[in-house]
Amino acid sequence: MITDAAPIVTARLRQHADSHTLERYLATGGYRALRKALSMHPEDVAAEVSKASLLGRGGAGFPAGRKWSMLRPNPVRYLTVNGDESEPATFKDHLLIECDPHQILEGSLITAYAIGAAQVFIYVRGEFALGLERMQSALNEAYRYGAVGRDIFGSGFSVDVVVHPGAGAYICGDETGLLESLEGKRGFPRIKPPYYPAAMGLYGEPTVVNNVETMSNIPWIVLHGGDAFASLGEGSSTGTRLFALSGHVRRPGNYEVEMAKTTFSDLIHAPVYGQGLRAGRTLKAFIPGGASSPWFGPELVDLPLSQDEVAKHSSMLGSGSVVVMDDTTCAVRAAWRITRFFARESCGQCTPCRVGSGWLEKIMRRIEDGAGREEDLDLLLDVCDNISPELVWPPQQTTICPLGPSIPPSIYSAIRMFRDEFLVHIKDGACPYA
Amino acid sequence: MTGPADTAGPEARPAGGLSPEALAQARELVALYPEPRSALVPLCHLVQAEHGWLTPQAMVEVADLIGVTPAEVLGTASFYDMLHTEPVGKYVIGVCTNIACLLNGGIELLEHAEERLGTRAGATTADNLFTLEEVECIALCDKAPCLTVNWRFFGPLTHDGFDALVEDLAAGRLEGEVPRHGILNRVRREGGLRVAREEVLAERAASDQALEQRKAAREAVEKREQAQQGQGGKQGGKGSA
Repeated sequence: MITDAAPIVTARLRQHADSHTLERYLATGGYRALRKALSMHPEDVAAEVSKASLLGRGGAGFPAGRKWSMLRPNPVRYLTVNGDESEPATFKDHLLIECDPHQILEGSLITAYAIGAAQVFIYVRGEFALGLERMQSALNEAYRYGAVGRDIFGSGFSVDVVVHPGAGAYICGDETGLLESLEGKRGFPRIKPPYYPAAMGLYGEPTVVNNVETMSNIPWIVLHGGDAFASLGEGSSTGTRLFALSGHVRRPGNYEVEMAKTTFSDLIHAPVYGQGLRAGRTLKAFIPGGASSPWFGPELVDLPLSQDEVAKHSSMLGSGSVVVMDDTTCAVRAAWRITRFFARESCGQCTPCRVGSGWLEKIMRRIEDGAGREEDLDLLLDVCDNISPELVWPPQQTTICPLGPSIPPSIYSAIRMFRDEFLVHIKDGACPYA
Repeated sequence: MTGPADTAGPEARPAGGLSPEALAQARELVALYPEPRSALVPLCHLVQAEHGWLTPQAMVEVADLIGVTPAEVLGTASFYDMLHTEPVGKYVIGVCTNIACLLNGGIELLEHAEERLGTRAGATTADNLFTLEEVECIALCDKAPCLTVNWRFFGPLTHDGFDALVEDLAAGRLEGEVPRHGILNRVRREGGLRVAREEVLAERAASDQALEQRKAAREAVEKREQAQQGQGGKQGGKGSA
């Protein structure tokens, strides 16, 4: 179903080419939410976000309000905004950073006020050169306007914001990897416990790490109330969400839809969204939530875009990226490329991930190249099992961070759904799609 | 020594190190963070704006600025794909072949790029104009297959479109759209906490003083090591095996 819910985070950028400027931001109601928040008690601001049951938009889907409430009492607290979007086929944060940086900034400032943070770091993926320019220029404008810095709008609340560039490492999207990177180190995810940066984060101080899309929702929630947000969507999937649609569709792009109401099929086929597959092509499979998520076949295309519903079918909405593969796609090649991505991006701390990803990539490659053996299929699943025992969903973990268990899904999905295709590669000694 | 990416005259900057302007910007960046080391990656981006890659001399200067050893700068920088520890061409072209691009001909585009430039991914053309890289998803999947040139985005690209892009770059027709290396060339912090100017100056002075102290400490260590090495030589090279 295509609902008439008005977009929350993309309203401005859809209508205006200069949506990244302060002038346009103010003309479209910008920084009103910050003024309102500053007139409220910080706890009441946090309560509205809890009421909205806004799930984190980075990939793990952890409720933002709960994350904030876990902060331990401390004189110093930090807010770190995660704009290191690197999950393959996810390009929503890229759009938000380039086209509506003030919205991210306002959400971050409100969050800093709600949690009592004195300094905010906005970590922007290094590859987003234009995004970094727009984010910094928005910050410069906001300082001049008095929305950031000392005694914001005469409220007595002060906060400093720093825009920090990454330098190309997928693992820095992991919240503790990001904090290490922000401390000027290699982006090695931290050993748990402590489980959450809320206990021990940046420089050992309690820290909240939130995704940029999560932050982009905060101004709307403050202005319209948590209940209004929670009235959109269904179950635990409240509000609207930005989905990045790519692959074999006529009109790939970022589409903001009401959660749990719209289906994958709507997203792929509706004229206002993906406009369907290319002429004469049929749907072979689709990836519902980024490269780390198990694939779905055409029989699940009518599932709603709901975290709960997708979880019932042993996958996830993850980072909100949907990759469509039509009948011209070689499943082996697609799964091989995703596996190679993880092999390259493994930080190397944990043996199952560092070594396992390399083996899996080599085995997948030789099957695709026509040099595979039938027993390779069992070998692949065995190596996968060593990284994530039992290959169940949600995945079990043998590694410090979730990158390890993100490797098996594309491989076991491809084998379970397209075993025959693997066997043809092996029997013919060549890729049938080449 | 200067990297091949240098376009300014050799007199414009010290050999391999940071220019005075970059040094001033570097100090501003260091002052932003509660711990100086946090500025490591941003400083590396500044170095790359000057040289295209991290020269050994610049790594020493970065180390001084943030109070770590040059080895720690290299050890950290080598973790990150965007930080180059070897010279690169004037333009670094990164072709994406990850899943969304793969489904739309990304690998074929990379193969075409290798043929057109006469170089393999990971290498630099003989005229030092282009370094070709295969990159992971650059979050431009609605324009697949796509690529970046010095981290400016282009897509979707046909093979002919790639040839035209390369010709435009080589002829200098895209100097405005594609700046030199370094992603912070057009990023400058203007605001900052709205504090009295005296406080800012005091903070700067304290930061400069700390910098001098760290430098002096490092030089003292170096001197001591040199002295020990000299002694060690006389005593028959203790521990040199």
